[in-house]
Amino acid sequence: MINLTIDGEAIAVEEGTTILEAARRLNVHIPTLCHHEDQAVKAVCRICVVEVEGQRLLPTACSMPVSEGMVVKTASPKVIKARKNIMELILARHPQDCLVCSKNGKCQLQKVARDLNMNRPNRYERDVRESRFDDSSPSIVRDMSKCILCGRCVEACTKGQGITVMAKENRGYGTAVVPPYGKKLVDTCCVNCGQCIQVCPVGALSIRDNTDEVYDQIAKGKHVVAQIAPSVRITLAESLGYAPGTVTTGKIIHAMRKIGFSKVFDSDFTADLTIMEEGNEFLNRLKNGGTLPMMTSCCPAWVKYCETYGYEQLSHLSSAKSPQQMFGAVIKTYYAKKAEIDPKNICSVSVMPCTAKKFECKRSEMCDSGYQDVDISITVEELAKMIRTAGIHFDDLEDQEFDSPFGLGSGAGQIFGTTGGVMEAALRTVYEVVTGETLPRLEFDQVRGTEGIREAEIDLNGMKVRVAVVHGLSNARKVLDEVKAGTSPYQFIEVMACEGGCIGGGGNAPKTRRILAERRRAIYEEDRSLPIRKSHENPYVQRLYEEYLGEPLGERSHKLLHTTYHSRRDLLR
Amino acid sequence: MREEENYSYKTPSSQLVKIAEIASHYKGRPEMLMKVITKVQKIEPAFSASVASVIAREMDIPQTQVYSFVTFYAMLSVKPRGKYVIRMCKSAPCHVRGAKEIVRALEDLLQIKMGETTEDRRFTLEYCPCLGVCEQSPAIMINEKAYVNLTPESVRDIVKRYIRGEV
Repeated sequence: MINLTIDGEAIAVEEGTTILEAARRLNVHIPTLCHHEDQAVKAVCRICVVEVEGQRLLPTACSMPVSEGMVVKTASPKVIKARKNIMELILARHPQDCLVCSKNGKCQLQKVARDLNMNRPNRYERDVRESRFDDSSPSIVRDMSKCILCGRCVEACTKGQGITVMAKENRGYGTAVVPPYGKKLVDTCCVNCGQCIQVCPVGALSIRDNTDEVYDQIAKGKHVVAQIAPSVRITLAESLGYAPGTVTTGKIIHAMRKIGFSKVFDSDFTADLTIMEEGNEFLNRLKNGGTLPMMTSCCPAWVKYCETYGYEQLSHLSSAKSPQQMFGAVIKTYYAKKAEIDPKNICSVSVMPCTAKKFECKRSEMCDSGYQDVDISITVEELAKMIRTAGIHFDDLEDQEFDSPFGLGSGAGQIFGTTGGVMEAALRTVYEVVTGETLPRLEFDQVRGTEGIREAEIDLNGMKVRVAVVHGLSNARKVLDEVKAGTSPYQFIEVMACEGGCIGGGGNAPKTRRILAERRRAIYEEDRSLPIRKSHENPYVQRLYEEYLGEPLGERSHKLLHTTYHSRRDLLR
Repeated sequence: MREEENYSYKTPSSQLVKIAEIASHYKGRPEMLMKVITKVQKIEPAFSASVASVIAREMDIPQTQVYSFVTFYAMLSVKPRGKYVIRMCKSAPCHVRGAKEIVRALEDLLQIKMGETTEDRRFTLEYCPCLGVCEQSPAIMINEKAYVNLTPESVRDIVKRYIRGEV
């Protein structure tokens, strides 16, 4: 243990701890911009400088390890003067239109500047970076003028996802974080996962805002139908200031009705439908010698990744659509018929934890109902903004129920929101369908957890099935490489592009691993509390098959619930 | 030349084959990027998008990494440059000894601005970091050769010799 003093208080910490971490334990919060608790130390923004007795220069707290007998002052007049100076230099290159910025109120730079009490005009000449504004992507909007060059997005894209869409260009004063060769985001291999938005401390990267389109459709008098994804009820409250892991299903439904949505449905329902199709597809491949391993296709970022980097392995992807797109197809066919509404008067909106869903709903393949199956996809953050705009006091809202006929989802559908969830849901159904026995215990602990790649072996009446659960595309790449080489030991692989699965998606409030743990706990609790916990036991799913679809993998389900993929290798040029 | 034109520069495929051959020796070794880049530069000075994507594919690294690397160094370029690259030292000693006048003389003579390339693709004007001949400043470098103790007159004479093809 190392003994040191921070602001007059003694503390003993393990060797290797940084001043920043040690100070946090004493409840001293040193301001940071480039530092992210799940990422590597960068020490480029310099805002966390502190004074260490006996040292002439001010070291950065985020990178400086503690040493024996160190005496640190985190907020001495000298430190404050230096920090204000650093902030002035940052602000000299930053636009000052905070009021109309997408990150207004959630911007770390704004918060640090406020805390620092920047009470005098900037002494430096203002020279705002060139904006190189890019709204070509359906999911991500980039504005370089707001960038503070922290490098967090580059790390998220490179280390977490293994893609590197953007990197630093040039050097020194002329540095910018951009895609190579003046490309627009839409022309790069970006998979729209939004993990860069999750870590951006300012408004340089933000979620593309589609809320105006929703208001337009409501104003036009369209029958606006919404579906909310399994993880939305877990993460939405956070965007409104609640503690991580607060589940607010009933309040969300109520708020959405107030905003003007005609019907609010539960995507857990089509998650169950996905399991019926995907589970049966897997069994079909297993029995009839189809392409194995089969890889899940619920995650649109992963699907685009596979189309780009694994364009020769597309037959391994399950042809089943994602729950969002299944819902889109079912709403504009089965529901339209049942409710006697012309599908062209229906506007189908999805609320998703995901920025890539915006890309998915615009894919040209996704028009099997004769119309664009899902018209608008908005993220959790956008719905939170709509709730605020509507002046709804979320706290006081009474709980309401989902609309029928798609208002009931099973626990299996619910856990789609976390990594390992699709696999667990599929195993619950596949096991019972194959063995004809009831599962003694529903929880498959082997597929739960936080490791990047988890594997399990399941015994289906003597037939051993090896499965893998992967999250984070850099992990997916390892598994994909095995599939390419033909050495993959698995039969069934679940892949989620974002760390933690959908609850860690790019459309949520910013996450850290600690917050993710809370969200994961909440989603498994939700599963336990639901009366039905297996997809094939969902009575509404059974009824949908009886009344309309026929049987899993049948002719109509094949047309509406399955899709095709195509190579995107051109994006690598 | 406009920005987009620079990025749309196409490297001949015969060159790309040679570049692929060089880069393929370093597959999965991103730390060898500098070695690959310096070798490639000898046969193809402009690191166009297709050059970067070939290097990226052969070394199994992202294209963006190659781009980021090339733009970082003043001696490397993503854009095609002229046959003769005239580099003006940007450091303080040259500055105080009249680099500005040298730049003006060069720009007037070649009718291009710093950072640009002449229409006939013969000359490119660029700034570069210190050339290390401060005691003989101001200095320029034309391709591999340094010229020192310059005046606007002497630099005009030197470049005119290049224009006439006497060098």
